[in-house]
Amino acid sequence: MNGTIPAPTIEYALLAPMLVVFGAAIIGVLVEAFAPRYLRSSIHKPLTLLSLAGAFVITIWQARTGIPTKPSAMGAVAVDGPALFIWGTILVLAFVSVLLINDEGHFVASASAVPGSAEEERALSEGAMHTEVYPLVLFAVGGMLLFPAANDLLAMFVALEVMSLPLYLLCGLARRRRLLSQEAAVKYFLLGAFSSAFFLYGTALLYGYAGSVDLAKIGAALGTVGGQDTLLYIGAAMLGVGLLFKIGAAPFQAWKPDVYQGSPTPITALMASGTLVAAFGALLRVFWVALGGLQWSWTPIMWGVAILTMLVGAVLAITQTDIKRMLAYSSIAHGGFLLIGVIALGDQQQNASALSALLFYLVAYGFTTVGAFAVVTTVRDAGGEAWHLSRWAGLGKRRPLVATVFALFLLAFAGIPLTSGFFGKYAVFQAAVDAGATPLVVVGVVSSAIAAFFYVRVIVLMFFNDPAADGPSVVIPRGTWAVGAVAVLATVVLGVFPQPVLDLAHTAAQSLFVR
Amino acid sequence: MHYWLSTLIGVPVVGALGVAAVKNELRAKQATLAVSLLVLALTVAMAVQFSPNGDKFQFTETYDWVPSFGIHFGLGVDGIALVLILLSVVLVPVVVLASWHEAEAGKRSVRTYFALLLVLEAMMIGVFAATDVFLFYVFFEAMLIPMYFMIGSYGGTQRSYAAVKFLLYSLFGGLLMLVAVIALYSIAGKGTFMFTDLVGSVQDVGTQKWLFLGFFIAFAIKAPLWPFHTWLPDAAAQAPAGAAVLLVGVLDKVGTYGMLRFCLELFPAASKYFTPLVITLSVIGIVYGAIVAIGQTDMKRLIAYTSISHFGFIAMGVFAMTVNAGSGATLYMVNHGFSTGALFLIAGFLIHRRGSQYISDYGGVQKVAPILAGTFLVAGLSGLALPGLSSFVSEFMVLIGTYEAYVVPAVIATSGVVLAAIYILWMYQRTMNGPTAESVRDIKDLSGREKWVVAPLIAVILVLGFYPKPLLDVINPAVTDTLSSVQVTQQAPVAQEGQ
Repeated sequence: MNGTIPAPTIEYALLAPMLVVFGAAIIGVLVEAFAPRYLRSSIHKPLTLLSLAGAFVITIWQARTGIPTKPSAMGAVAVDGPALFIWGTILVLAFVSVLLINDEGHFVASASAVPGSAEEERALSEGAMHTEVYPLVLFAVGGMLLFPAANDLLAMFVALEVMSLPLYLLCGLARRRRLLSQEAAVKYFLLGAFSSAFFLYGTALLYGYAGSVDLAKIGAALGTVGGQDTLLYIGAAMLGVGLLFKIGAAPFQAWKPDVYQGSPTPITALMASGTLVAAFGALLRVFWVALGGLQWSWTPIMWGVAILTMLVGAVLAITQTDIKRMLAYSSIAHGGFLLIGVIALGDQQQNASALSALLFYLVAYGFTTVGAFAVVTTVRDAGGEAWHLSRWAGLGKRRPLVATVFALFLLAFAGIPLTSGFFGKYAVFQAAVDAGATPLVVVGVVSSAIAAFFYVRVIVLMFFNDPAADGPSVVIPRGTWAVGAVAVLATVVLGVFPQPVLDLAHTAAQSLFVR
Repeated sequence: MHYWLSTLIGVPVVGALGVAAVKNELRAKQATLAVSLLVLALTVAMAVQFSPNGDKFQFTETYDWVPSFGIHFGLGVDGIALVLILLSVVLVPVVVLASWHEAEAGKRSVRTYFALLLVLEAMMIGVFAATDVFLFYVFFEAMLIPMYFMIGSYGGTQRSYAAVKFLLYSLFGGLLMLVAVIALYSIAGKGTFMFTDLVGSVQDVGTQKWLFLGFFIAFAIKAPLWPFHTWLPDAAAQAPAGAAVLLVGVLDKVGTYGMLRFCLELFPAASKYFTPLVITLSVIGIVYGAIVAIGQTDMKRLIAYTSISHFGFIAMGVFAMTVNAGSGATLYMVNHGFSTGALFLIAGFLIHRRGSQYISDYGGVQKVAPILAGTFLVAGLSGLALPGLSSFVSEFMVLIGTYEAYVVPAVIATSGVVLAAIYILWMYQRTMNGPTAESVRDIKDLSGREKWVVAPLIAVILVLGFYPKPLLDVINPAVTDTLSSVQVTQQAPVAQEGQ
């Protein structure tokens, strides 16, 4: 035994969805290096979409052939029911986001050129394009897949970085409003780096406490290791900061409006759906598997965070005049609603129902969000997308269909019955009431009512106000059209016939996270 | 297995899709009218098969909707729900006819207006027919959306303010109810939302009180009771006349219906505990609504405030918990729908002619438009509960029934009847009598279409005024049954002909 290093066993078949995505990302980099410029885009588009679709098919196949009951890859990755469900969700959401990315005109011609400079002019006239966007997106998606499935804190940290670094870059690539976009990238990067540092420091402290970075081993150590509580509590808190930052929970929400606003809208769609889903998966795994035994210590804090997040999101959204910032605050508020589900712990059965509620909510919210941002890309002024709310006045009369679709998404965000958002909220609230967190549900309901105000305000603007004489034009490229259709379908079907997806979430959650 | 109720809900939904797809505006209107008449015919065909002394819920249909949460698409009607559905389906064709030229003035999509009207009809039927508490909640909330768009897109100058106020008030109440619905499910632990399974499942009085409040506040906002009423005058005054009729005539009844059906039956102990509070609020509402109505300068706001007064009567009748008062309150819901509906519509015709909602802009209309003035008077007199007109029967029953249980509130409430005479007759006097105002000299009397709108309503007011027996026969057993769950047992009142 001494002197020999055992070869790690890797279950390649189980990790295939991730490997496909990462593989395609690497091929994408090679394409950037070797393919001529005029060919790149036409190679990237099918490559990206096919790899995501392929990974999705493999995920489905895995879910059908039997879910493993043990962590794989030497305990680094847990491909369990929730992970597979989250993978499927992320892959579909990424697929539709890529459809948005495919439509021209969202990305800068030359990111390194100073905005408004001669170089930028030249890059534009040469028709330069940042086709690196595609491999970057694939790397980010790969990170998103690994993040919620990581079964030890180091793998999770690696996933966090793989997911975040490409996103930092992508944020800065908006074609219009260059300065805003660059500002978003810098802010996201700096704050994200801080949060990563917190996460890593927390990991180190927990390792000091438990002697392992494995989530299940940390969980087991909670009952046995004594006298190291300082390490444990500080470590857990720092880990929490890192994860809550990615979700955009208050008081770590400040980056979200700026980043959502400045990023190219398709990237915002990807972040608002995919990143949120992945981060919630990781948060659940850390807090339920590793820190489940510490429940009585972290739930009170999490209550506070959830309440603060819901109220900050809902109240600050009211004052927004920019559609993307408003959607960002709405996303913060929804993060708060989701946190209610994270707290709804109890016995095995209760945990399963809370988990399945969260999974359903994430699907419902993810689709509606992508749809909403897809609509944002279609309403354009001469200077790019029309973000200011006043520009949306009277859209219902100019383009009734677009306005109706957007109104549907807003009603779903507000949680009106017969839309997907309603059952999502209902499921989470139900789980929380069962777990005895009724006061939290009351706060959730009050914030929903506050939030309804600003959703309704946009509907008022679109339908009840008269259009301005020089209103924005609406351009719907094919890909965006398809994204809108998918999102509308998901929003309505999940609102009227939620049972199949609920069943799916229920099955995925039944076994909980493997340890 | 029969499909009466699901057909009644399905027909308007399909009709709405059809209307939205029709290109020609006239065709769209005709189609809407045809669909609403078909629904009326179907409802009547169903209603005649209803046996008042049969099962509590009849024409029941139950399908699993979301089994994970124990939610059913459960439909069924008792006498209370049946008469309210009848009220709704009678009012809809009338409103369709009354709104014939409504949407054109605003240069907005006519087809959308009528499609929304049909969607609203489906939801009104659904909300009364739901036997699953969750399904009731879904309809309760979802029906806000079509009404919101009808007020916001087709209403008066302050429409978007009124629409948002309406939506947010109702939504807030609904969300409180959602918490109570979830908690009810969780505490009952039956794994189902079916109303009949949930009755009696919460025994603890402390818990009942909280759940009661969740439901009651939602219903008090919807009805609306004082002090939750402030949205109604705005919404009703800004809504197009047709929408205002459905808003005050039917949607608000969901609140009082909910009190009778859900608050009383699900939380009997809490209902008794809160009765003094509710009766007090009701009496304040009766007097307050009437006094404020007297002071109104805007016709539609005036009618809205009279409704607040009337909803006070209905809520008082519900919570008096005597069979007389309960049956009276249920009958009042129907009668109020017709008489206030008629008032709103005729006022709407008048406003349409002159283009002003202010009472001071009118005068002496009776001389130039005698039929308009005459029908307005009949509707108004029914509103002030003149014997021989429909509201009298119900108001009388409510007062008698309340007097049996609570003397002082009944006496104070009686002053509402006197005040009603003031607000109605004074409004009539200022608008219809006296020298003909210059601005109304050229207005025309009711057109043929408008007569068709008003005639059925006046006919119903007269018939129910003299012969309320058929309705009471249906209502009484249902109310008796409802009150028996609150442990109130009394002999049903005998409906005497020619009251």
